[in-house]
Amino acid sequence: MEGLIQTIVLAPFVSVALLFLLRRQLPKSAAAVIGCSAVLVPFLCTVAAFFQFDGTPVTATLTQWMTGSVLNVPFAFRLDQLSLTWTLVVTGIGFLIHVYSVGYMHEDPSFTRFFTYLNLFVGSMLCLVLGDSMVLLFLGWEGVGLCSYLLIGFWFDEEENAKAGQKAFVVNRIGDLGFLVAMVLVFKQFGTLNIADVNAMAAAQAATLDPTLVTWIALALFVGCCGKSAQLPLYTWLPDAMAGPTPVSALIHAATMVTAGIYLVARMSIFFAMSPTASTVVAVVGCATAFFAATIGLRQRDIKKVLAYSTVSQLGYMFLALGIGAYTAGVFHVITHAFFKALLFLGAGSVIHALHHEQDAMRMGGLKKYLPITHKTFLIGSLALAGIAPFAGFFSKDKILGAALYSHGLPQLLGVFGLITALLTAFYTFRLYALVFQGEERFGHGTHGHADHGAHGGHGGGHGHDHAKPHESPLTMTFPLMVLAVLAVLGGALSLPHFAHSDLLGKFLEPIFAPAYAVLGAPHEHTVAQEVGAMLVSLVLAIGGAWFGFSKFSEGPGKQAEHSTKGLPFLLENKWFVDEIYNVLVVGPMRALSHLAGFFDRLVVDGLVNGVAGMVRSAGGWIRMMQNGALHTYALLFILGAAYLAIVLL
Amino acid sequence: MSVFHYYVVAAILFSIGAGGFLLRRNILVMFMSVELMLNAANLCLVAASSSFDLARGSSFALVSIAVAAAEVGVGLAIIIAWFRLRPSVDAGDLQELRG
Amino acid sequence: MEPELATTIAFYVFALLAIASSIGVVANKNPVASAMCLVATFVAVAGLYLTLSATFLAAVQILVYAGAIMVLFLFVIMLLNLSHDTFEGISVRRTMGGAVAFAFIFISIGLLWGTGPAPGEAMSVRPGTGLEIGRTFLKDYVFPFEMASLLLLVAMIGAIVVARRPKLVGGDR
Repeated sequence: MEGLIQTIVLAPFVSVALLFLLRRQLPKSAAAVIGCSAVLVPFLCTVAAFFQFDGTPVTATLTQWMTGSVLNVPFAFRLDQLSLTWTLVVTGIGFLIHVYSVGYMHEDPSFTRFFTYLNLFVGSMLCLVLGDSMVLLFLGWEGVGLCSYLLIGFWFDEEENAKAGQKAFVVNRIGDLGFLVAMVLVFKQFGTLNIADVNAMAAAQAATLDPTLVTWIALALFVGCCGKSAQLPLYTWLPDAMAGPTPVSALIHAATMVTAGIYLVARMSIFFAMSPTASTVVAVVGCATAFFAATIGLRQRDIKKVLAYSTVSQLGYMFLALGIGAYTAGVFHVITHAFFKALLFLGAGSVIHALHHEQDAMRMGGLKKYLPITHKTFLIGSLALAGIAPFAGFFSKDKILGAALYSHGLPQLLGVFGLITALLTAFYTFRLYALVFQGEERFGHGTHGHADHGAHGGHGGGHGHDHAKPHESPLTMTFPLMVLAVLAVLGGALSLPHFAHSDLLGKFLEPIFAPAYAVLGAPHEHTVAQEVGAMLVSLVLAIGGAWFGFSKFSEGPGKQAEHSTKGLPFLLENKWFVDEIYNVLVVGPMRALSHLAGFFDRLVVDGLVNGVAGMVRSAGGWIRMMQNGALHTYALLFILGAAYLAIVLL
Repeated sequence: MSVFHYYVVAAILFSIGAGGFLLRRNILVMFMSVELMLNAANLCLVAASSSFDLARGSSFALVSIAVAAAEVGVGLAIIIAWFRLRPSVDAGDLQELRG
Repeated sequence: MEPELATTIAFYVFALLAIASSIGVVANKNPVASAMCLVATFVAVAGLYLTLSATFLAAVQILVYAGAIMVLFLFVIMLLNLSHDTFEGISVRRTMGGAVAFAFIFISIGLLWGTGPAPGEAMSVRPGTGLEIGRTFLKDYVFPFEMASLLLLVAMIGAIVVARRPKLVGGDR
């Protein structure tokens, strides 16, 4: 078991080292094999570990890292129900996306570099998920942030992409500060950073702990989660992150990395359970993000941007679930969302690939004829995202909404908002589906390839192809699509509604959330009527939204083809001008401050440093005269020095 | 005889060696002066060793003799190599260390 | 003759010989003569070791210094054909060097004053014998002992490499 865990964590890093050192020697095929197997091996190990797992957490220590009297941090990795779940998702979906990338990136000159980063990401993510201390978790947390930055700016020869990478990095740093603060607070209170120990202590001292401190810890953690999981007000980096290659968007910015925030909250759920204030904040922020991002998604034109905002929105759902204490439902939604959102992104990638890097949904349409597999799988993904039974998204979303609707007070209101969001989600999902696959063909004329075009060997390498006939992607790309489609159909079976008495995931995760539920009280047992009622309401709303979106746009974008200039559509199309507001309120003053600081730096600090350097230089020029190269001068000085030392010391 | 007498002899020998090193320009003679200084130091060690009733000083003197032998071997080799490069043993010609 | 008195006489003889011949080393114009004076100095110092009853060291001194090292010196002098006169003139720097060296004598004597057992106290111990040294080396200082032999080996190889004719090395000049 320990060996399995060590293999899981080390395999991606070994591959990173291999790919990096042999980047010039390895042919693309070898790089692809190494890159994919570095994720396949951990996945198989995880599956093996899953079947060996007997319910008791296993810790595997690689080596010591920091040893001291106060702080002791080994490189130890802990496999329990929660990390096992996440590891399965990360390695499984990661492997599919690696396979997909082989097809998607095959013409890119930086093929090996891409797989190096991708493997580094998987390794960091596993470190994040499996790390047994907050320090190790933070290491992985920063590692995935770094990889996200590297991969968003993968085609860094375009300034736009490099800037998007920087934005992601900087915004994430704001969140990381919260994480660090939480870490320090935890260490101050408990004297250890081992997550299992901290959780156990917190649960044991539940009655005596200072509630203010607990709230602060929880809130600081949540700030970190807001950054990583793109919640209000730090979500702005995620839509821009779509500048990266599409497999990256699928793996990092939809299926795995952005769920790290959910993971952290679930991991430290005891703190949130003990602090009603923090939980309320989580729920409200999650719900607001879900709703807000869904409204923006209504009017986006870029196929990846729509999916990006839907990701932000779905992440909001997950936080809503965590905030109202429905932890299992939140984790469930993470899993199903990973299935169908990876599927949708990969489908979008297939479309973009076929259209030679056209991303504007207004210039697509009618593609079901040309891309049969992509079309079918994308439709399944859309049905799952819209929350239509019996696809995976329906069950998980319904769990969250049911838990919210049948509680009291504020959560109930949030549940109503969640329902409205479900309607919006279904609408924009099918608007996108209709714009891309239905209606008449609107591609093949006008300008092309404005954003995601680096994959074709630099700048617009695909333009030489015949534009009139998009063709289905190769098997390396369609195979992951089909697997993910199956998962998106069947994923709901993991946690069926209560009346079906088949809550596999809930049972599996029970030991993880038991302390939190002990504080909160057991989750509500809904009656069958209540459950069916909630299901019907959400299903009706989803189908209604989907039907409305589909019928409105199945003939083409209509007047949405033109950019709107006033009213609500104008606001939505420009994302409520949040980026612009941030630019004025935060970025502008920061920039002014940094200019001021830069001026100070150049004038005073540089002046001081250069002054000292100049002094040393001129003094050196004088002293250099002494070094005349004559042996005797050296000997004389040496003996004088020795005599002086003898007199002083004796 | 007291150990002090030996110290005085060692001091005189050392100073003569140091003086030779400073005064002479013939690199071989300078080298010999170094040997003088080493001998003076050894004499000190042995004398002190006798007075403190310890064999360590003498042992150290032995090590120091070994080091001196090694030093002479390498040093003379360097002188030969240098002489081959420029036929002079005048230390005044050695200016390559100029900074 | 009393042993005490014999030792004292021997000490003074050897001490004077050592000082005189060392001055000869430094003052001689001819490097060969300097080398000869150096041999005398080494022998005198060996005699001083004997008066301290460091018999083993005295033997080593004669063997290594007067034997090996001096032969090496002479070989080099002959090899480089340096028997001609090389004494240099007087300069400011040289005067200064002389003054420093002279001052050094007094400085060191002044510093030594009062260290160790009081002057005049007779020494009775004889730790410089081969038995004692061997015991020390093979019991307490095995590692330094081995390091010394390693050092000699390295020096030997180094000397060969440095002094080899450049042609054989590959002629990088």
